[in-house]
Amino acid sequence: MAIFFAVLSVIFFLAGKANGKRQKGIASVIFLGPALVLLLAGLVIPGIQTILFSFENADSNKFVGVQNYSWMLHDPDIHRVLINTLLWILVTPLLTTGIGLLLAIFLDRMKRESIPKSLIFMPMAISFVGASIIWKFVYNYSTSGGPQTGLLSAIVKIFGGQPSNWMLSKPLNTFLLMIIFIWVQTGFAMVILSAAIKAVPADIVEASSLDGAYGWRLFRFITFPMVRSTFIVVLATMVVGSLKLFDIVRTMTGGNFGTNVLANEMYAQVFVQFDQGRGSALAVALFICVSPILIYNIRHLRRERTH
Amino acid sequence: MSIRRKSLLTGAGVAVLSLVATMVTTIAPAHAAANCDPYSSYKGIKGKTVTVFTSILEPELTTLKTAWKDFETCTGVKIKIEGSNQFEALLPVRVKGGNAPDIAIIPQPGLLAKMVATKKVIPASAGVIANVNKYWSKSWKDLGTVNGKFYAAPFGSNMKSLVWYSPKQFKKNGYTVPTTWADMTALADKMAGNGQIAFCGGLGSGGATGWPGTDWVEQMVLREYGSKVYADWVSHKVKFSDPKIQAAMAKVAAWMQNPKWVGDVKGIATTTFQDAGKGIPTGKCNMLQQASFYGNILAADGATIAADGDVFAFYLPGTNPAVTVPVVGGGEFMTGFRNAPEVAAVLTYFSSATFATSRVQLDHWVSANSGVPLSAYKDPIDRLSAQYLSNPKSTFAFDASDLMPAAVGAGKEWTEFTAWFGEGKSIADVTKAIDAAWPAS
Repeated sequence: MAIFFAVLSVIFFLAGKANGKRQKGIASVIFLGPALVLLLAGLVIPGIQTILFSFENADSNKFVGVQNYSWMLHDPDIHRVLINTLLWILVTPLLTTGIGLLLAIFLDRMKRESIPKSLIFMPMAISFVGASIIWKFVYNYSTSGGPQTGLLSAIVKIFGGQPSNWMLSKPLNTFLLMIIFIWVQTGFAMVILSAAIKAVPADIVEASSLDGAYGWRLFRFITFPMVRSTFIVVLATMVVGSLKLFDIVRTMTGGNFGTNVLANEMYAQVFVQFDQGRGSALAVALFICVSPILIYNIRHLRRERTH
Repeated sequence: MSIRRKSLLTGAGVAVLSLVATMVTTIAPAHAAANCDPYSSYKGIKGKTVTVFTSILEPELTTLKTAWKDFETCTGVKIKIEGSNQFEALLPVRVKGGNAPDIAIIPQPGLLAKMVATKKVIPASAGVIANVNKYWSKSWKDLGTVNGKFYAAPFGSNMKSLVWYSPKQFKKNGYTVPTTWADMTALADKMAGNGQIAFCGGLGSGGATGWPGTDWVEQMVLREYGSKVYADWVSHKVKFSDPKIQAAMAKVAAWMQNPKWVGDVKGIATTTFQDAGKGIPTGKCNMLQQASFYGNILAADGATIAADGDVFAFYLPGTNPAVTVPVVGGGEFMTGFRNAPEVAAVLTYFSSATFATSRVQLDHWVSANSGVPLSAYKDPIDRLSAQYLSNPKSTFAFDASDLMPAAVGAGKEWTEFTAWFGEGKSIADVTKAIDAAWPAS
């Protein structure tokens, strides 16, 4: 601690000494320095290293060119992984944010809205692994001919259907896993969007209703345009979240039965099969997939600021 | 796969059993004055110290120390043992860095070969060779042999070729324990005729889902073809798509994917291996092929493990009379890194029946040393395992998935076998995919 302060005082003393033209430059180096060092050590260097690893063999001691990438493009199992990941980014963010928006609108005018909102928000406090274990009971299927105790099987039975081993039914199983994500994340989307709806100035709503905008028209032309940027931020967060998704798949199926996703395969490659090259190539693929969304998000934020 | 790697991967389930194993550990009664007769041949090593490095951890370390206490007292040598859960990573580092232990207890033959390649391992002394020739079957000696030279005698061992069943249910239904493969299938047919499920099965194990399937295929490859084909299969000289391996897998399919015997075949893929055997005590399903450690899982549910109890095990019979007493399992191997009389003496002692007997008398442990009287074993499953492991005719094979490259043994083999059971993927497609995943070297 003492050393830390000593170093800091020396730095600040030197910064104070600097004057004239160079003052601004030196000051910015001193203030940005620590953040830059941390960014380098925690993000840039590991990032570059991962990219380098992706061109090397399993033990990262031999350059193998694009072999890991060609494996990724030619292995049928990885095709399934990529298709599933694509499904996750297309379906879950839209459903999560959409349902969140609907709930936010419907609950907005309700008396005691805090009660249903808290209930819907509550799953957010559960980790994905915990949520998966809960849903394992919902999707449970008894194989030994005993009574079916899973909730889903019970519901299907009420409607006259046949319970089946849900985790094995392709491609339904991927969507069943998505429901867990939606269940956990909808509350978050709802709370953020609800705050945005509440921030729509009352006079605008009043004026538009005087002009005859009710219900759908009010939503379409007034409310939605005003919460649009929040909607997009939430959507982007969900896209990034579903791209990185790992816990649910690992807990529910371990990536078997055609439910594997990119992040789970990456983990399995590096930490179970000890193939750093392939794992890194998958990580780079993940990074490339996330980048456009991040870029869009940043540009969007910038545009907002200039308005 | 070995219990060690599995516990890393499956977490809870096996953590529970190691806990149970800990609980059943009993403290040995205080020794009376040591009887020094068995140690009279170890001379001139008084006051010397021998260091041992191992992956064995407490509380087993203490039990080991108790087992060789008399040896230390009588010979005056001091054995310093150190256990690490990072053993497999640390040993190569220590050996390369010139800081090798005097003795290392290596849990798998692959690492032994790697260590021998460093040229730091001392070949076995005459005393060790004499002991191994006397007490172990040839397949055990072969596992401690690298490039034709014998280096390492076996230490502890464990057995996977067991079938768990309920003696009480068998008695109630008038079933007898099968001793041949034909007996077993006839029994399964009888059970099916009575409307019962003959074989339980479960592949589920979190991120390691599929490993029990690799065990079943290993059992069958060894049973059908013996050590040579098995070893070639491990080294990929015999590919998965080889007609032999495909035929062995077809035989596994006729056994564990036979709807008449197992009921819901696809359900095996979604049942966890821990849950698979839960129905044995009540007769929901009758037989489960699982390793010796499985007793701990069943015991955790309150089942008594005894030849007349809720659950017990029998030896999974062989299928081909040309392969005598096939046993799949695991074991540890002792290597010396220092050429000194005291190190040779300790290694000779460790490979003797005297040491193994004093160790098994304390608690749960199995040695494939045939000099250990079966009556010395405390645990009935240990005794059963030892009966087959130490059989001089036994054809022993090390768990193949542990010896194969991780991309196969901890990767494609697991996922493909899971797809084989869960998605009905054909044997031809399964084997093709596994072969394609074998790393080019």
